[in-house]
Amino acid sequence: MSRRYIPKVVTANDLVEGDVVYQTADDRWSRHHHEAELIEDEAHAQLRLLNASAQKQVVVGPYLADAKAGPNGPEPIHFREAFRTRGPSNYVHGKQEFAARENENV
Amino acid sequence: MYKYSDFDAAFVAERNRQFRGQVERRLSGALTEDEFRPLRLMNGLYLQLHAYMLRVAIPYGTLNSAQMRQLAYIADRWDKGYGHFTTRQNIQYNWPKLKDVPDILDALGEVQMHAIQTSGNTIRNVTADHFAGAAADEIEDPRPVAELIRQWSTDHPEFQFLPRKFKIAVTGSPNDRAVTRANDIGIRTIRNDKGEPGYEVLVGGGLGRTPMIARVIRDFLPKADLLPYLEAILSTYNLMGRRDNKYKARIKITVFENGLDAFRDAVEEKFATYRSQFGGADQALLAEIAAAFAPPAFRNAPVDAYDAALAADAAFRTWAGTNLSAHRNDSHAIVTISLKAHGETPGDASSDQMRLLADLADAYGYGELRISHEQNVILPHVHKSDLPVLFARLQQAGLATANAGLLSDIIACPGMDYCTLATARSIPVAQKLALHFKALGLEEEIGALKIKISGCINACGHHHVGHIGILGLDRAGVENYQVTLGGDHTENAAIGERAGPGFAYDEIVPAIERLLRAYLAERNGPSETFIDTYRRLGPAPFKAALYPAEAEDRDAA
Ligand code: HEM
Ligand code: SF4
Repeated sequence: MSRRYIPKVVTANDLVEGDVVYQTADDRWSRHHHEAELIEDEAHAQLRLLNASAQKQVVVGPYLADAKAGPNGPEPIHFREAFRTRGPSNYVHGKQEFAARENENV
Repeated sequence: MYKYSDFDAAFVAERNRQFRGQVERRLSGALTEDEFRPLRLMNGLYLQLHAYMLRVAIPYGTLNSAQMRQLAYIADRWDKGYGHFTTRQNIQYNWPKLKDVPDILDALGEVQMHAIQTSGNTIRNVTADHFAGAAADEIEDPRPVAELIRQWSTDHPEFQFLPRKFKIAVTGSPNDRAVTRANDIGIRTIRNDKGEPGYEVLVGGGLGRTPMIARVIRDFLPKADLLPYLEAILSTYNLMGRRDNKYKARIKITVFENGLDAFRDAVEEKFATYRSQFGGADQALLAEIAAAFAPPAFRNAPVDAYDAALAADAAFRTWAGTNLSAHRNDSHAIVTISLKAHGETPGDASSDQMRLLADLADAYGYGELRISHEQNVILPHVHKSDLPVLFARLQQAGLATANAGLLSDIIACPGMDYCTLATARSIPVAQKLALHFKALGLEEEIGALKIKISGCINACGHHHVGHIGILGLDRAGVENYQVTLGGDHTENAAIGERAGPGFAYDEIVPAIERLLRAYLAERNGPSETFIDTYRRLGPAPFKAALYPAEAEDRDAA
């Protein structure tokens, strides 16, 4: 019996900013992991990765990362991917910086 | 300090102009990432986890105050207001935008700095003793020779596609503060029987996946022979080194696989030819360079203010005890300014701190600064009478931490907070260790200790040569920290020994506490340092402290 396929998201870095981005089902690049397309099928994952790799003027280094479904959308599994959704742990820089600002504006 | 010649300035400007064009073509889509990547790496531009990172060389760790101010300006204008000083005497900016990098490089060019050959399979930024030109124990200032090597190696056509990156370090003192034995080539200034200065040349050191201590390839090389001899080593390696396997491509493996004797024979054969070809032009250049490194005219004044402060001010006395080193001029001292305030990121300096350091260098340090491989800033020449006021100004800025050489003076690589190659974080481990032992109040009692932390096997944090080394790994999707013991980064360099299984993120600080409590219990009084105690007793009592449960099992059996 084959092992169950671990769902994936396509992630990369933005060409100009370097910030982490995720490919959405409607073919945008989102800064938020929970907006990513959660891909449950291996063949489809390869197609989506090809689609990402073709966007050379938008993103750098796309790859497939393990993910799981959560209440607000896909969540990372590995701690490396969890860090990529936030930013470094020594300063409130990167995505968590924007998150903090958005919260202030509420 | 060395000043760019017209040739140097034109060269850097031209390289920057080319890179500006390359960035434009990347942004327009004319270049793919595969095409652009080697070009950006040649200019020190990496892509890390959350952003781009620009690595700027600080040749042999020497900066003047104007350069430090420019580094602060760049941090404010194009980054997040700080920079990270690294073990290879570089500064890294963690948040530049691709489109801004050409402007940053131009701004660096204005103060005679660049990011060329801070990446790629070339000869990297040449590192040197951070006390160069100041240390009391120095035979000769290593920087003129380091600059000579830099000029020879920058854009050297034969050495742009070496099998792998190549790192050279130079020290002018018998006490090795430049970790020469962990470099591809280490150059140690020594004297022969006749008292003439020359070099002991070491080859094949390196950390990373396969750590090795460099071995002596030439026990005494006359000074004038240095460049032809280096050229002989490099071209031998260029031919003999492996290109089939990245992990076997460093010169340490070339030397190891062929044997030191065979490698040396090949080098000596080439050297015989090169030596006559150099024909002394390099020595004429060296003489010119050396003139640029003439020491400042050291001020002659009474040092009473210093003696008075030592007697009156306990905080000053403590700081003087840890952060001052002996200067070759009796009335001066070398000041280590710690970038390791407890709980801060080792090696980080804010732009405000950089500007203050530049001002202090102008006011009290003849305008000179150094960056140490231990990620601290050095004022190499301070008249002792200026030390009390310098200390007071450092205190106001939170830069007077009296911990140089102590537990919290930790080397830590960026780890998984920044680095794409990381398998675990290292910065928060350093922060937690420093805060924990400060809270326990044990740091001074523990005394001299080198803790070095890397976030993966590449060993950028030098963990192999730490008295206590910590290596962050990914064990089945969880951060795990392996401890090595007994490493040494000095002239007696040694690779630490793995103590046993790793510790989880939450367990590593308590484990180090058990280890150091065992040291306190075992040592022959406060004068016996951790590393001396370890050498006397071997690993057994320390392993028992790290793994108490296993020790109990053994006792029960
Ligand atoms: C995030 C950017 C970085 C990347 C991608 C990176 C990558 C690497 C790699 C791949 C190696 C292994 C080289 C080999 O075995 O051939 C290495 C070694 C090394 N790196 Fe880094 N590094 C980074 C940051 C740093 C920093 C911040 C420092 C200083 C604190 C540093 C200092 C070193 C040193 C001293 C070595 C030497 C180990 C040896 O002798 O092989 N690196 N680095
Ligand atoms: S040791 Fe590993 S994690 Fe740390 S900076 Fe080097 S490559 Fe990155």
